[in-house]
Amino acid sequence: MNDMTPTREQREAALEGMGCKRKRVEDIRFTQGKGNYVDDVKLPGMLFGDFVRSPYAHAKVTKIDATEALKLPGVIAVLTAEDLKGVNLAWMPTLAGDVQMVLADGKVLYQNQEVAFVVAEDRYIADDAIQLVEVEYEELPVLVDPFKSMDADAPVLRPDLEGKTEGAHGPRKHHNHIFTWEVGDKDETARAFKDADVTIKEMISYHRTHPSPLETCQCIASMDKITGELTVWGTFQAPHVIRTVASLLSTIPEHKIHVIAPDIGGGFGNKVGAYPGYICAIVASIVTGVPIKWVEDRMENLSTTSFARDYHMTAEIAAKNDGTVTGLKVHVLADHGGFDACADPSKWPAGFFNIVTGSYDFPTAHLEVDGVYTNKAPGGVAYRCSFRVTEAAYCIERGMDILAQKLGMDPADLRIKNFVKPEQFPYQSALGWEYDSGDYHTAMHKAMDTIGYRELRAEQKAKQEAFRRGETREIMGIGVSFFTEIVGAGPSKNCDILGVAMFDSAEIRVHPTGSVISRMGTKSQGQGHETTWAQIIATEIGIPAADIMVEEGNTDTAPYGLGTYGSRSTPVAGAAIALASRKIRNKAQMIAAHMLEVSEYDLEWDVDGFQVKGNPQARKSMKEIAWAAYHAPPPGMEPGLEAVSYYDPPNMTFPFGAYFCVMDIDVDTGVAKTRRFYALDDCGTRINPMIIEGQVHGGLTEAFAIAMGQEIRYDEIGNVLGASFMDFFIPTAVETPHWETDHTVTPSPHHPIGAKGVGESPNVGGVPAFSNAVNDAFQFLGSTHIQMPHDAWRLWQAAKDLGAHG
Amino acid sequence: MIPGVFTYHRPSSVAEAVAILANHGDEARPLSGGHSLIPMMKLRMAAPEHLVDLGGIAALKGISEDGDTITIGAMTTQHELIGSDLLSAKLPIIRETALMIADPQIRYVGTLGGNVANGDPGNDMPALMQCLDASYVLTGPDGDRQVAARAFYEAAYFTALAPEEILTSIRIPVPAAGHGYAYEKLKRKVGDYATAAAAIVLTMNGGTVGMCSVALTNVADTPLFASEAGDILTGSTLDAATVKRAVAAAEAITQPASDGRGPAEYRTKMAGVMVERALARAAERARS
Ligand SMILES: Cc1cc2nc3c(=O)[nH]c(=O)nc-3n(C[C@H](O)[C@H](O)[C@H](O)COP(=O)(O)OP(=O)(O)OC[C@H]3O[C@@H](n4cnc5c(N)ncnc54)[C@H](O)[C@@H]3O)c2cc1C
Repeated sequence: MNDMTPTREQREAALEGMGCKRKRVEDIRFTQGKGNYVDDVKLPGMLFGDFVRSPYAHAKVTKIDATEALKLPGVIAVLTAEDLKGVNLAWMPTLAGDVQMVLADGKVLYQNQEVAFVVAEDRYIADDAIQLVEVEYEELPVLVDPFKSMDADAPVLRPDLEGKTEGAHGPRKHHNHIFTWEVGDKDETARAFKDADVTIKEMISYHRTHPSPLETCQCIASMDKITGELTVWGTFQAPHVIRTVASLLSTIPEHKIHVIAPDIGGGFGNKVGAYPGYICAIVASIVTGVPIKWVEDRMENLSTTSFARDYHMTAEIAAKNDGTVTGLKVHVLADHGGFDACADPSKWPAGFFNIVTGSYDFPTAHLEVDGVYTNKAPGGVAYRCSFRVTEAAYCIERGMDILAQKLGMDPADLRIKNFVKPEQFPYQSALGWEYDSGDYHTAMHKAMDTIGYRELRAEQKAKQEAFRRGETREIMGIGVSFFTEIVGAGPSKNCDILGVAMFDSAEIRVHPTGSVISRMGTKSQGQGHETTWAQIIATEIGIPAADIMVEEGNTDTAPYGLGTYGSRSTPVAGAAIALASRKIRNKAQMIAAHMLEVSEYDLEWDVDGFQVKGNPQARKSMKEIAWAAYHAPPPGMEPGLEAVSYYDPPNMTFPFGAYFCVMDIDVDTGVAKTRRFYALDDCGTRINPMIIEGQVHGGLTEAFAIAMGQEIRYDEIGNVLGASFMDFFIPTAVETPHWETDHTVTPSPHHPIGAKGVGESPNVGGVPAFSNAVNDAFQFLGSTHIQMPHDAWRLWQAAKDLGAHG
Repeated sequence: MIPGVFTYHRPSSVAEAVAILANHGDEARPLSGGHSLIPMMKLRMAAPEHLVDLGGIAALKGISEDGDTITIGAMTTQHELIGSDLLSAKLPIIRETALMIADPQIRYVGTLGGNVANGDPGNDMPALMQCLDASYVLTGPDGDRQVAARAFYEAAYFTALAPEEILTSIRIPVPAAGHGYAYEKLKRKVGDYATAAAAIVLTMNGGTVGMCSVALTNVADTPLFASEAGDILTGSTLDAATVKRAVAAAEAITQPASDGRGPAEYRTKMAGVMVERALARAAERARS
């Protein structure tokens, strides 16, 4: 009998808690096509909405005539800005403090802008009706190039802002200027440059791209005119924020709005904001009293709902001859498109771009960002990144390579020389952040040893000589990237969205039989929360993860939270989960003490229950304690076993990593082949190593796509080019390189379980690794910086310009 | 991304299909695999009122050999081309090319007839058919006629096919046993049309080129038969200077569009690179 008693290790394994490579529980339904996405939701009497969109990038709208469309059988209504004015919704506020047209109000500012909303009995009729709505446009001069946006004679894009010299983030200096954001010490930085032995300066562009989740943005709005309740199903990364915004805009009381985010097919920042489709569906449902579904198609998604990046960064670094960096100066020209609809915490017009000092100990730095309007779609979302951190990481990682080139130093050695040292943590950066923890040297050396960095450099040298001798037409590049991320927005002292502090929450209820339902304010879009959240709880309260249900996305049942983006779920909600679990464990300890008739101080925690110190036979498992909580709680104690926790993080977390990319480029075609890609990530405590690996693979694949060709392009009259998967580069398994992953563990000192968040690191660190590999390959031919994206024709062009075609 | 209204027909014979087409003129379009036509309809770049599905016509299927000619039924899918032992033995370049079209899902339904009738310069089979000197059998109300692939293409989406005609089969002269061949295609990713591609078939007598046929994909608004390049190479020993001249001749006839694949200048140069690489591989195969 006794040998049937599970060992401590067996009990621990049975929990599938933190550190376990637990299989993703949500995949059972996803891999069988049994997920429940917005478009799977079908309500009786549901109508469909679809948009008439502008063919022009900049034009006056002089007339909208829906007469013919309304004659088509099955067409119910055609909404225009005039109709929305009746409910004060022709314009909507953006997360960035700007306002945005819901439907064209007198003019359009970008191609495919929403002009009218057709409501019909089915999607087919709606699409037919769109062709019948007659819109008259008067074309206006188009502004595409952000560098021309503040020319004196640049066209006025936003007449609605005429005379407004003050924007949401300070003074505006031109009719197309949105804000200037300045951080750091200008004078001190100027001095550093004056005293420098060496300086570099380069304009580094991070082109416009798009998060392109496989499921596009969509929603169903259903207004019940009898009860006055509005239910909205939608692809929302932040359902509670959507509820609050919907209440503020519609004046429907917040408790009468039910927001439900069912399964979401990827978000990557695309599903944080509010889009005209949501507003129009809600208004149409309020008007008609029946549910309205709006589902974007791929081209609409790529061309209108939230681009990412489009940052043009002029970076300058001052250094001593030995490579020690002494100052950093960055100016960013940020192209925001027609409206400033950036999805950043409200006080951060350029997100956390001031992480741009990266992993290096810059004594002083100065940063200035100018946001401008152009005739392009609005957005500027954090595409798998924590608010402009990808742009910042790219800027500094390219900058360090360019400095190494100028100094004739190895780029890895230059980085190591300037790393923030382990003993400097918590480290105050020159641009205002306190890095929580890090051990950059250990990570870098492990990475270099694993890939055989010095040997690769020797091979590269031999190849360059062979190329010069005409023996090969291939050049080899080694990309080094050492990134520091800033995630986990964020502390209420500096982060809010429209005034709501960026805390997050967890509610955990242990049932009498010892199983659990738990709900969080976050919302998985593929990150695997149903798996990992249960693992945290399992370790904290000793109940097997398999007995813990995780539910997110229903604002009626989940505690208020700010949602999932910016790698914030683990740093913020993950902490709330641990703390709620600990409240439960504390109560369980009192119950166990009562059951065992000892003082609670005589008890110690042991994997899945409490035991009497020095007498491990006297123990109560959590299962037994749960039953007691409902059956016979200690006298005077409230029955039940549940807890809620709201967590306001004391600081951000700062994951980091060392990435290396080895690439071979055919100079005659410009085709680049990634030979090796090694990614070492340090995200602190690792909750589920397999999910981390999956996140890293996914993020690296996106980084590969972005660096090597994924782009939203415009021609000179503002036509958006390549907004379909025929052109927009989504790599398949065939193109995607093989990923080697590795890790070190430096826990966050301020997080209850020491975890930092990892989902976005690979995108942040991956792009510079690829781009540095490309740039490194061309360096010996005399190049300093080649702009992304590095698709074949551009690399061929670079080779040609450098004389490699003879 | 939703097509307009159309009527769907599914005839069971070529005569019936031709009759429907003749009846509706320009308003009707044959439907084969639908993997070029339906995307165009979803974008409303094509809005036929009548779709005549050829999928129910058994006579349009199959691959057969008759003396020096191989005949492929128009409704033969790209997947079936890949799987055919006859083609692998006699016309292996068809298999090589078909494997570079799109992805398996598309190849299961996309047909050879649709691919060559479509008139999209991005399609890979038309240049290959020009390289092989194939002819297309076109069946209309007045019976059959044959048009050489090299004479079929007029401009993007404009061909010698009349609105009431159906392309019923493709006839290909079997190249000499032991011929060399290669289809070189530069593309951005799986599922992409060519940035530039080149088809080459040649024979070698000792070290000398016996015959050489060159054609190019997606570097003009039609497929291009590069006759001058082929002529330059024929009789040569494939010495560097001759290859260079042939490549230049091939590049000279290109007129590519600038698009996401690259500017025109790049695509012209890539046509040259593809010719050079296809030639090297074809010659290698011919000798072995
Ligand atoms: C994502 C994607 C990638 C692709 N990539 C490639 C590629 O790399 N290379 C490539 O070659 N193709 C590519 N294609 C196209 C694919 O091969 C198509 O299947 C092919 O071009 C058309 O064949 P179909 O049978 O589908 O023709 P359909 O789409 O049915 O028809 C195409 C056109 O030809 C006409 N037509 C069809 N059959 C006949 C007939 N027998 N007689 C007269 N007219 C006829 C139709 O009316 C229509 O105008 C791709 C398609 C997609 C969707």
